[in-house]
Amino acid sequence: MAVEEGLKIELGKQGVFVTSLQELYNWGRRSSVWPMQFGLACCAIEMIATTMARYDMARFGAEIFRPSPRQADMMIISGTVTKKMAPQVVRLYNQMAEPKYVIAMGACAISGGPFKQGYNVLKGIDRYIPVDVHIPGCPPRPEALLQALITLQKKIDGQPLTGEGRPRFLDADAQGEFPVPAQGEHDLEPTSNVGVWPVPLVVK
Amino acid sequence: MKTVEEIKSAIEAAVPGAGVEILLNPGPSGQHSLVLRREGAIEVATFLRDDPELALDFLSNVSGVDWPDKEIAEKVKVTRQVVKTVDGVEQTVDETVEETHKRVEPGYLEAVYHLYSMEKKHGPVILRMRTVNRIDKVELPSLTPIWRSAEFQEREIFDLYGIVFTGHPDLRRILMWDGFKDHPMRRDYVEPDDFEYEPTAHDEVLARAQEHKSGEQGTGIRDQEAAKAATATGAGQ
Repeated sequence: MAVEEGLKIELGKQGVFVTSLQELYNWGRRSSVWPMQFGLACCAIEMIATTMARYDMARFGAEIFRPSPRQADMMIISGTVTKKMAPQVVRLYNQMAEPKYVIAMGACAISGGPFKQGYNVLKGIDRYIPVDVHIPGCPPRPEALLQALITLQKKIDGQPLTGEGRPRFLDADAQGEFPVPAQGEHDLEPTSNVGVWPVPLVVK
Repeated sequence: MKTVEEIKSAIEAAVPGAGVEILLNPGPSGQHSLVLRREGAIEVATFLRDDPELALDFLSNVSGVDWPDKEIAEKVKVTRQVVKTVDGVEQTVDETVEETHKRVEPGYLEAVYHLYSMEKKHGPVILRMRTVNRIDKVELPSLTPIWRSAEFQEREIFDLYGIVFTGHPDLRRILMWDGFKDHPMRRDYVEPDDFEYEPTAHDEVLARAQEHKSGEQGTGIRDQEAAKAATATGAGQ
């Protein structure tokens, strides 16, 4: 049962803090989103800048970059994903413990970017793993990465714990592991995960 | 520094039967190169490195080049004897006809080495080696034993062009994965068909995307192989 906003403020003035389990739970989750420490290309330099003193990602509770996927909550795909690297990226994502989130940082991670027509460039990491926030830019500025983190925090805040739209780790039927593509003789096999990335319909 | 002709004569004096040829560069840079034969290449390279006058101790760069089969059309004037009826009398008349002859010049793969001397502060001396063809006889002698800096670049050429460097200490693919079968920098490489979705397609990409969407079967090498497999199983039944 949600408490009315006005009543909550009124009680707060009296020194009584009222909240719901969902709000408390999501507040805890969104305030300590630990990113995984890995960079793929030049976007990683901007990601590093975001964590340093001038932009200070620590203000949003995401300062602890974990070098192990087991301890990380968020994966920042910072740069071009080559077809040689893509299976490793998907494998790292599978190794992360739930709850886990993905930020696709920059044009390359979204779509392949300027290297899109390269024979060895994956045209967007969202072909294999679900992406929560896309940031355009080549590379995006640190402010954009902070904006993406804030957007992700808003998304976490809005997730109900039960019913429709609950996060994947609270849904026993949801897909938890994502198939790692194999490196075939000519290309990755399969070329996309249909469950995650249905081929978009282009309306002419 | 010595000119290419002087280097050539120095090589021929030091390594008998080297068979070095000069390939002139008509451009303004005038960087002429030496075409080495595959058999004597190691000896020539060793000489270039160890000769006190040349002392080419620094290999800066190794490149691969793919020269595909070239169809050459030549117009040749042929004179023939033709039987013609002139004024009711059959006569043999010489007639000159222009004919177009087509011949295919076989392609080859080429490795280009740029050499400098740190000691003498001169360069570049450019070496070229050519394979017999670009299908099965693609071996070249590796110059990694002479210049260590050739190691990764020869691996890259092996990966992207498919030249097999005999005598290379560790010839594996360096950029693509081990199970990869193609050589992406070759002129006849068929790119994977990645054109199912193009949000801002234009030019060549738009053409490829439309081609992908128009046909039931894609244009990529994967689709071609799938089609081939389908017909093979269809024939089996």
